[in-house]
Amino acid sequence: MIEIRDLDKRYGDFHVLKRCSTSVAKGEVVVVCGPSGSGKSTLIKCVNGLEPFDSGTITVDGISVGDRRTDLPKLRARIGMVFQNFELYPHMTVTRNICLAQEKVLGRSRDEAEAKAASLLARVGLSDQAHKHPGQLSGGQQQRVAIARALAMDPIAMLFDEPTSALDPEMISEVLDVMVELAQEGMTMMVVTHEMGFARKVAGRVVFMDCGEIVEDADTASFFGSPRSPRAQAFLSKILDHV
Amino acid sequence: MSYNWNWGVLLQDPYLGWLISGVGWTLAVSAAAWVIAFALGSIVGVARTLPNRFVRGAATAFVELFRNIPLLVQLFLWYFVVPELLPEDWGRWVKRDLPLPEYTTAVVGLGFYTASRVAEQVRSGIESIPRGQTLAGYASGLTTGQLYRYILLPVGYRLIIPPLTSEFLTIFKNSSLALTIGVLELTAQSRQITEYTFQGFEAFTAATVIYVVITLSVTAAMGLVERRARMPGFIAGGR
Ligand SMILES: Nc1ncnc2c1ncn2[C@@H]1O[C@H](COP(=O)(O)OP(=O)(O)OP(=O)(O)O)[C@@H](O)[C@H]1O
Ligand SMILES: [Mg+2]
Repeated sequence: MIEIRDLDKRYGDFHVLKRCSTSVAKGEVVVVCGPSGSGKSTLIKCVNGLEPFDSGTITVDGISVGDRRTDLPKLRARIGMVFQNFELYPHMTVTRNICLAQEKVLGRSRDEAEAKAASLLARVGLSDQAHKHPGQLSGGQQQRVAIARALAMDPIAMLFDEPTSALDPEMISEVLDVMVELAQEGMTMMVVTHEMGFARKVAGRVVFMDCGEIVEDADTASFFGSPRSPRAQAFLSKILDHV
Repeated sequence: MSYNWNWGVLLQDPYLGWLISGVGWTLAVSAAAWVIAFALGSIVGVARTLPNRFVRGAATAFVELFRNIPLLVQLFLWYFVVPELLPEDWGRWVKRDLPLPEYTTAVVGLGFYTASRVAEQVRSGIESIPRGQTLAGYASGLTTGQLYRYILLPVGYRLIIPPLTSEFLTIFKNSSLALTIGVLELTAQSRQITEYTFQGFEAFTAATVIYVVITLSVTAAMGLVERRARMPGFIAGGR
C-alpha cells in the first residue's frame, strides 16, 4: 500500500532523511519510533506529500507522491492523517469539522456528510459533543474527533504523528482504544508513537529511526525480543524503564 | 474674551442643511473607501502569505508604497499628478468626464492607503494561525484556494477583528482630509459655517460630537460582529 524507497531529504546543510526505505502492506500496522529529532515526523509527512523530498520514491496505492503530474489533493483525500496537536478547525463545530472535506473535496451532499459524521461520532463515543466547538472539548475528545474527521473520507490508509503525545495521561487510553479497534478492523496504518504497549498489541512491524536513518525495521516480536542495533537497544531500555 | 454663544445657529437654514450634507459626504467617502480597503487589503494581505515569490514581492511593494507616503500627499498625488501620468485620452477623460472627481479621488486615495494597513492586519492574522492547521487542511485534500476560503481567512479575520475595528474608525477620521481636495464633508462644512457665522465653537463642537457618535456606533457594531464570530473555547495562541 505504502512503498518508501531510498528517500532522501535535506534542510539546507542538514540531512534529515538518509536513504530511508520501508513499506506498509495493505491491512498492516507499522509503528515508527526513535528519539526526538530523528526525522519521524518528516518521514510521515513525506508520505502524503506535505513535505517535499529530494530523491527516492514514495508510492501510495501505486501512485507516485513525488511525481509532479500526480494530483496531490486527490491522493491526500484518500489518506487520513492525525496530528499531535489535533488541528481541529476552531471556528467550526465538531460536526462541521468532520463534514468540510467530505463536502468540498469528495463532493458529498450536506445530508450525506452529516449522516457520516453522526455515525463516526457514535463510533468514537462522542455523539453528545456534535454541536460543540473544539475549544470546548478535552484533548482526548479532540483527538477522537480528529480521527473521526480522517475516517469520514473513507481512507485507504491512516497516518498518525504522535497522536497521544499532547495528551494528559488519563486521556491517552481513550484515544489508543479507538486506534486499536481501527487496527483490528484491518485499517492500513503508519503510526509514529512512543506507546510501546500499542505497538506490542497491534503493530506488525516496528521501524526505529535515529539521526535520519532507519536503523531497524523488524517484525514486532523480534524488535522487542532482540533488537539488533545498540541504538535501538539503548532507546528501548530508556523508554521501557519509564513505563 | 467675549464670545457670543449661539447654539441656535446650528439649527438655522442653511447651516443645518450644510451639517447634514457634510455628514452624508463623510459617511459616503468613508464607506466607499472601506469597501476598497477591505477588498484590496484582503487580496494584498493574502498575497503576502502565498509561496510564490513574485506575487509576494508585488504585494510587499504595494504595502510599502501606500503605507509610507503621508495620506495627505497621496491625496494630492491622486488628484493633481496621476491624471497627468495617464495615457493622454485617459487623462483627458479623468479631468473632463470623471463623475464627482473630488469624491472619487478621495475614495480611491483613502481606500488604497487604508488597504495597505488592512493588508498588514490580514497577513498577521493568517500568519498567527499555527502551521498545523494548514497541514491538516492540505492532508484532507483541500486545495490552496479552499484552504484559504474555509480555514485561514475565516480564522484569520476573527483573530484581527480588534485591529480591523480601529482601521475602520481611522478611515472616518482620515476622511476629513478629503476637504483638502474640495470634498464638502463634515469638517469642511463646519469650517464653512464658521466663516459665514463666526460661530466656530458651535460648529466644531457639533462636528466633534458627530464624529464621536459615528465612531461609537462603529465600535458597537463591530462588537456585535465580534460576538457573533467568536470561537467558543478558543484561546488565542494557547492550546
Ligand atoms: N522546516 C525545517 N527546517 C529546518 N530543519 C527542520 C525543519 N523541520 C524539521 N527540521 C529538523 O529536522 C529534524 C527532524 O525533525 P522531525 O520533526 O522529523 O523529528 P521527529 O523525529 O518527528 O522529532 P519529535 O520526536 O521531536 O517530533 C529535527 O532536527 C528538526 O530540527
Ligand atoms: Mg515529530
